[in-house]
Amino acid sequence: MNVIDTLIGGLLLGGLYTLFAIGLSLIFGVMRLVNIAHGDFIVLAAYIAYLVIGATGLHPLVALLVVIPIMAVIGYLLQKWVLNRTMGDDDVLPPLLVTFGLAVIIQNALLAAFTSNSMRLSAGSLQTSSLPLGSIQIGLLPLFTLLMAVVLVIVLEFIFARTRIGRAFRATSDDPQIASAIGVRADHIYALAMAISFATIAIASVFLAMRSNFDPYSGPARLIYGFEAVIIGGLGSFYGTLAGGLVLGLAQSFGAQISPNMQILSGHLVFFIILALRPRGLFPKAP
Amino acid sequence: MAEPLLSIDRLSSGYGDFQALFELSFDLQQGEMLGLVGANGAGKTTLFRAIMGLLPRQQDMVRFRGQPIGALPTSDLATLGIAMVPEGRRLFRSLSVEENLRIAGDYGRKGHWTLERIYALFPILAEKRHAPALSLSGGQQQMVAIGRALIANPDLILFDEISLGLAPIVVNEVYAAFPAILASGVGAIVVEQDIARVRKIARHLVCIREGRIVLDGAAETLTLHDLTVTYFGE
Repeated sequence: MNVIDTLIGGLLLGGLYTLFAIGLSLIFGVMRLVNIAHGDFIVLAAYIAYLVIGATGLHPLVALLVVIPIMAVIGYLLQKWVLNRTMGDDDVLPPLLVTFGLAVIIQNALLAAFTSNSMRLSAGSLQTSSLPLGSIQIGLLPLFTLLMAVVLVIVLEFIFARTRIGRAFRATSDDPQIASAIGVRADHIYALAMAISFATIAIASVFLAMRSNFDPYSGPARLIYGFEAVIIGGLGSFYGTLAGGLVLGLAQSFGAQISPNMQILSGHLVFFIILALRPRGLFPKAP
Repeated sequence: MAEPLLSIDRLSSGYGDFQALFELSFDLQQGEMLGLVGANGAGKTTLFRAIMGLLPRQQDMVRFRGQPIGALPTSDLATLGIAMVPEGRRLFRSLSVEENLRIAGDYGRKGHWTLERIYALFPILAEKRHAPALSLSGGQQQMVAIGRALIANPDLILFDEISLGLAPIVVNEVYAAFPAILASGVGAIVVEQDIARVRKIARHLVCIREGRIVLDGAAETLTLHDLTVTYFGE
C-alpha cells in the first residue's frame, strides 16, 4: 500500500502548494505582476495570526476571520499606493524590483520584531486527528488543507466566470485602455485583485503555520513552490494552478520515497522537465 | 445657438515628444453627426484618444456640455456620457459576446439602450451571445463594438473607422443601424475613409491634415472636389 500512501500524501501536500500558488496565479492573470514578496507576505500573515491568537485565544482557523480582512486591506493599499505606480508601459521590471525590496524589508522587520526562533500555530486536536481509510490514516489537517484549496479554486473560478467584478478583472487584463474607456478604473480593479490575492495569502499562512514551523526567512521557499505550481499548471487558469500544485506535491512525495533528501529536488526536477517539454504549462489558456 | 455637446478648444496632444495635434478647435452640437476625414496619419485616431484621455490633454481643451473635462481620467467619461467604438474594434478577448456588452452596461448609464434593444438592432448577436467575442466575423465583431458603446447610453459616441477591414456589403449592413442609433438623440463623430459615405450620413464635416484642421463646414456646402483637395493637399 506504500504507493497509495505516497499518492495520497502527495495530493495532500499539493493542496498546501496550491494555497501558496493561487494568489500568485490571480495577480499574474489580472495584471501580469509577479509578487516576489508573496512568500514573505505568507510568513507576515502567519505572524499576524500568531499575534491575533495570542491576544484572543482563538483557534487558528477562527482567527482567519480576523487575519483575512487585515491582509486584504494590506494588499489593497499596497497595490493602490505602491505597486500601481510601478505598473504600465509593458515593463515588468519595476514591480519585480519593488516587490523584491519588500521581501527583504519584511524578512528583516520580522527578524527584528520576532527574532529568528521558529514558531508554529497550535491547531489543537486537529493536529493529531486522522481519518482511517482502509489501512491508511489520513491526517485531518492536510485533508482540510486540500479541501480548502479546492474550494478556493472553485470560488475564484466562479467569481471570474460569473460575476460583474470577474468580468471587470478579465476585461482589464485583456485591454486596460478599452476597459477604462467603458468606465472600469484599472487602479481600483488591480487593488481589488491584490486584496483577493492577500486574502488567499492569509489562508495559506494559517494552514502552513499549523502544519510546520516558520521563521522570518521561510518566505522565499514558499514563493518558489507557489511559483512552480503556477507555471506547471499553465498561466491564467485556477484549475491549472490546482493541477500544478498537485503535480508538485506528488513529485515531492514520490521523490521522498526514493530518498528523504530527494523530496525538494524531485519537485524542482519535475518543474524543470515540464517547463522544458511544455513551456506554457499543462493547462494553458487558449492564446 | 444652444450650448454645444462637445467643444474642442485649441487641443494639442501627441505621443511623448512627438506632437501630433496642433491647436484643433471645433464644436459638435447636441444630436449632431460629424464626419471627421483625413488621410492616414492625419491625426484622427489621435484626436479620439486625446478626447478619451488616453493621450495627454489639458483641462480646458475639451468641454462636454460646457464642462471642462480635459483633466478627467478616461474611466470617468462613461458615466458622463461619452463612449468610443475604437479602431480595430478591440473587443475583450476572454469575454463572450454578451459579456462584452454586459460589462459596458455595468459601468455605463441606464437608459434607452438595453441588452434586449441591442439584440433587436443586431439580431445576429443574440444568436451568438455566448460565443467568444473574437470567434465572430469582422462585421459581427464591429456590431458588438457598436453595441458595447450604445449600451452605456452615451450622449456622444466616437466611431473610429468602423468599415476598416470589412467587405463593402458588410459595411452597408453595419451602417444600416445608424438611423436607429441617431434616432435615440445621440451625437456622434465618425471617422471614415470613404468620403462619399461620410457625406451621406454627416451634416457637418471636419477635415484634418498633419494634425491641423484644414476644413470645417456643412456637408452640403462642400463639394467632393473641395474635400479631395484638402484631403491630400494641393
